[in-house]
Amino acid sequence: MSDRHPEPDSSELRARWGGFVWTAENAEKAKEIIARYPAGRQRSAVMPLLDLAQRQVGAETQTQGWLPLPVMEYVAGQLEMPVIRVLEVATFYMMYNIQPVGRFHVQVCGTTPCMLRGSDEIMAACHKRGMHLGHTTDDGLFTLTEVECMGNCASAPMVQINDDNYEDLTAESLNHILDELAAGRQPKTGTQLPGRHTVEPVGALSTLTAMAEANHDYRGEW
Amino acid sequence: MLADKDRIFTNLYGYQPWTLKAAQMRGDWDNTKALLARGQDAIIEEIKASGLRGRGGAGFPTGMKWSFMPKESKDGRPSFLVINADESEPGSCKDREIIRHEPHKLVEGALIAGYAMRARAAYIYTRGEYIREAETLFAAVAEAYAAGFLGKNACGSGYDFDVFVHRGAGAYICGEETAMLESLEGKKGQPRLKPPFPAGAGLYGCPTTVNNVESIAVAPTILRRGAAWFSSFGRDNNKGTKLFQISGHVERPCVVEEAMSVPFSELIEKHCGGIRGGRDNLLAVIPGGSSVPLVPAAEIWDAPMDFDGLKAVGSGLGTAAVIVMDKSTDIVRAIARLSYFYKHESCGQCTPCREGTGWMWRVMERLRTGDAAVEEIDMLHQVTKQVEGHTICALGDAAAWPIQGLIKNFRPEIERRIAEHQREAAE
Amino acid sequence: MPKLKVDGVELEVPAGATVLQACELAGKEIPRFCYHERLSIAGNCRMCLVEVKPGPPKPQASCALPASEGQEIRTDSEMVKKAREGVMEFLLINHPLDCPICDQGGECDLQDQSVAYGRGKSRYDENKRAVTEKYMGPLIKTTMTRCIHCTRCVRFSEEIAGVDEIGALYRGENMQITTYLEGAAKHELSANVIDLCPVGALTSRPYAFEARPWELKKALGVDVSDAVGSNIRIDSRGREVLRILPRVNDDVNEEWLSDRARYVVDGLTRRRLDKPWLRKDSKLVAATWPEAFNAIASINPGASLAVISGDQVDCETMFAAKALARALGSSLLEGRQTGLAYTASNMAAVAFNSTLSGIEEADAVLIVGSHVRDEAPLVNTRLRKATRKGAKVFVIGPKWDPTYPATFLGDDAAILNDVPADVVAAFEAAKKPAIIVGGAGLAKGALEAGLAFAERFKLVRPTDSGEWNGFNVLHMAASRMGGLMLGYAQAGGLGDLVAAKPKMVISLGADEVDYTKFAGSMIVHIGHHGDKAAHAADVILPAAAFTEKDGTYVNTEGRVQVSERAVYAPGDAREDWTILRAMADSLGVAVGFDSFDALRAAMIAEVPALGAEGLADYGALPAAPKGAKAEGLIAGYPIKDHYLTNAIARSSPTLQRCSAELLHGETFAEAAE
Repeated sequence: MSDRHPEPDSSELRARWGGFVWTAENAEKAKEIIARYPAGRQRSAVMPLLDLAQRQVGAETQTQGWLPLPVMEYVAGQLEMPVIRVLEVATFYMMYNIQPVGRFHVQVCGTTPCMLRGSDEIMAACHKRGMHLGHTTDDGLFTLTEVECMGNCASAPMVQINDDNYEDLTAESLNHILDELAAGRQPKTGTQLPGRHTVEPVGALSTLTAMAEANHDYRGEW
Repeated sequence: MLADKDRIFTNLYGYQPWTLKAAQMRGDWDNTKALLARGQDAIIEEIKASGLRGRGGAGFPTGMKWSFMPKESKDGRPSFLVINADESEPGSCKDREIIRHEPHKLVEGALIAGYAMRARAAYIYTRGEYIREAETLFAAVAEAYAAGFLGKNACGSGYDFDVFVHRGAGAYICGEETAMLESLEGKKGQPRLKPPFPAGAGLYGCPTTVNNVESIAVAPTILRRGAAWFSSFGRDNNKGTKLFQISGHVERPCVVEEAMSVPFSELIEKHCGGIRGGRDNLLAVIPGGSSVPLVPAAEIWDAPMDFDGLKAVGSGLGTAAVIVMDKSTDIVRAIARLSYFYKHESCGQCTPCREGTGWMWRVMERLRTGDAAVEEIDMLHQVTKQVEGHTICALGDAAAWPIQGLIKNFRPEIERRIAEHQREAAE
Repeated sequence: MPKLKVDGVELEVPAGATVLQACELAGKEIPRFCYHERLSIAGNCRMCLVEVKPGPPKPQASCALPASEGQEIRTDSEMVKKAREGVMEFLLINHPLDCPICDQGGECDLQDQSVAYGRGKSRYDENKRAVTEKYMGPLIKTTMTRCIHCTRCVRFSEEIAGVDEIGALYRGENMQITTYLEGAAKHELSANVIDLCPVGALTSRPYAFEARPWELKKALGVDVSDAVGSNIRIDSRGREVLRILPRVNDDVNEEWLSDRARYVVDGLTRRRLDKPWLRKDSKLVAATWPEAFNAIASINPGASLAVISGDQVDCETMFAAKALARALGSSLLEGRQTGLAYTASNMAAVAFNSTLSGIEEADAVLIVGSHVRDEAPLVNTRLRKATRKGAKVFVIGPKWDPTYPATFLGDDAAILNDVPADVVAAFEAAKKPAIIVGGAGLAKGALEAGLAFAERFKLVRPTDSGEWNGFNVLHMAASRMGGLMLGYAQAGGLGDLVAAKPKMVISLGADEVDYTKFAGSMIVHIGHHGDKAAHAADVILPAAAFTEKDGTYVNTEGRVQVSERAVYAPGDAREDWTILRAMADSLGVAVGFDSFDALRAAMIAEVPALGAEGLADYGALPAAPKGAKAEGLIAGYPIKDHYLTNAIARSSPTLQRCSAELLHGETFAEAAE
């Protein structure tokens, strides 16, 4: 994180992003987002708007998306807040990419619960494919980051790639997923463990067996 | 073992759709109007009587928390309910299941809790990384609006109530309630000084209560089945059912709803297929998420999994995120990795945490390899004591306790590594 | 009034006090870094921890904890000692041990407190953090590795300056203080963050490596860059002033100082008039004092003499000149160099009656023809405070950025005669309404019309806290109020002097006058800088700048303040009064004083208010003249460049650079360090 810093300001950056405006669809969305907060509290919308902006940049660049400085300034302008406060927010929260990233942002959870379940192996598999922490592969496909606990501890180890989680990973299943993505196909998301649905005890459902069959209403048994 | 009929989260594993229609078939949104008609005070009394304690980690009695909210606004300020869905504590993965598989329990609970505390709206703050989960939640809220359960005259109760979803963007500290409020206001998630407490001046300076997802989501069922039903589970002071999340070295990691006070052994053997490699292979357990000290195998086995039972073994229930470590675990590394986590997640606002978490992690990394002096173990312990209790929020304590637990229980292992390192260096 | 105990001693503290304030009242020193009386409470440094019962069994941040009845506070317990030691150790682990090359050395909170509360040696064996410097403009030098993240600078910029220039990026141990894109801090009070910074992270760039604090001689002065009369400390070594810092005065400048007042320092040694000059064959040539006086004596103007005082002149100088003129039979005195000729017969009508601290209480304010930020930055901070308490502000005049919400009504001064409905509504609802008339308003008849406005909305009224007088004139010249009290005002203003075609015009540092109007007069310039008046002068008599003489100044609210001499004037320059005294001799008249004390005594005998430091009593406001109307377009404000408002400032390389870089966008290449 110590090398986390915004993409430097430059005439190229200004030329590319200085004219950033919402797409028609996102302009509507931004309006709807701002309306979630009380009048005069539009500053509350800074986080969702930065997310929206990052996604729009992502759509324009065929990447996960990031936040060029002129885009932050655009959001600051819309919310009538000082741009330094927007930059504070963008640099504080780790999900804002303040530098360009690749098509797929491979975020390997390395915190203890995943570590106990083999995240080292997942990370090693990434390295073996030529991915390096904090870098994007030369083909622009994969950016590798180690992230902190993603809340998938009962289906560890896991990676989050852009908007989807891939859980119960092995080096093999990870490689399959990355291959599929590289080939432009969408692999199965969620757990990769055969026979597992989500976070139930795999292969030996200890509770709520009726629910596995049908939408059981337990009220009759109260 | 808790009977299936007594489980609140019957679609915990998402075998069935989360949608309104499916949720209603399971009993959600069933005549919510009648629940509201009991009146604010009656609802709060029922929750108080149920013995429900906050499920976010601190275990503060939920009904009492609601009762701190003003009964009427003297100066025109509205009140707010903020629901903490910023689940980021290593080991914790229960709120995610509620949000993606039982969102209507949460949304209905938001209305009931918001109504009981006379709030004008609820903001559900979900952690940013729960992207698909948030999509489900947005959709569930939209369904509830479309059905007339939220908004003007919610559920035909005559009460107007809004629910909004606000996504975070990657900061563990926003799970701290005042940091969450700062974040909701569009700022960095840096905890506020207390006093003032949120019930007096919270979101936008208005009276606010912050509750965990699970605390809110169980409320409708408690009202439907009664306080006596809920409090029939668990020991005194530790009532109800609870989502346990078991990760690490068990045969079958899972999330499961159990009665409070279930013994550790039962939890592991009934639901998780036992410890990987058998009971004798158990090394230690972090029973309540990364912030609580680890408990060695011998002490945890029969411990009741509740607030008091885990306090008695020098740890805590926290979020009931049970991280199991068998004897293959590099225990120093396991804790050092948590130290890195806290260093990474420190907001940087106050001195002991900003400087202390980095220092502790660096020493832990050297202890991991043994590249240290034995005296440094004591120094590290002193540093943890210098952080603990000296910070604005509890992150400092959370960073200190795992290390203290390690030193208390595994000092010989640390010393062994130092000796080995010195021996290797000498060779 | 809660009663509590501090270290066993019982005392009563004011309601609303914090535990920290309670401890101070009990005479206990509480170490702190982030806490500052004039900023919001951050509670982040954790240095002020104390033990408080009842409460949790851990130390509490005393700065943020309200004092309450029955508390038992310990500042001397083992818990407190350990807490302080611990926090201090944390602050130091990543702080560089570069005190020997740090400009904060000797006046560093961290240095001082580490001596008092720190451990003897460091236990930190890891690598220290290094942080890159951040550019913050020509005034603020940064060494961000030294930063302890107290956020005082961030809070100052947001709360006091109101510009949100500085922020803290990233998080955890990587948190860094910076301006957006490392742009220069542009606010006119930006350098106050240097004083606020408790360590050497933000230091004064122009003062870098100049001196150590213990080498400096300190004099208590009064700033003359505007009419606020900010209290300053003038630090000098030998014959040179090295820096100017604000002094605390809650009534005047609190503890802030504008950048142009602070950085005038290097202008004091440049372009100085350090010997007499005489114009010979239309060229100025150096002369001796006797030659200069002979030249003056050769004219011997008698009563055909006029005196124009400049903006930075002290009362003693003006009185000495007045005495000289009187001895020669003249009373042609004027200080309003640009020709303003508002009525000055009633001092209350030309004063800032609400007082500077009082204007914070105002709840409706109408500003007529004043760019307050440029003309009196420290009045603007007061207005900002008022708006934060809910005051509504309206402005007649061209738009400027006040840093707080304000409604601009238009440029036509006549708006004052018939204000729009929202102004009427705000003023009718207000408890403490006020008007501020600035220089650009005075030029359009806003004084009389303002008095009518004051009558209409009862700007003078009794309140629970005494009489409220909401009629204010905001002057820009440090000498203005003193000058008006001493009679430096003709009914027709400077025009009267021009019309009199005097044989001799004495300029008391009057650098803003159009001297072409006095083409037939001998111009005798008594001043300290080779500025506009020197170019027009026939005789130049080198005098003392404000740092080089004792003197009395009266600020815009009528506050009489005395400034001390810090150093001696350079070269052959003399204190102004001695020059005027010697002129009297060469012109063969007596002025009635031979010493500064005698001069001062005579001045006080004539204008007693000048003898009492503090607010002068100007009595009641006069009635508004019948049918008084303001008229004309307020096309602009008098100050075109707020860094270069006077001769000393115009001579200052630092302020020249501020003007070029911050106002005119020139870029300066940074020398590699």
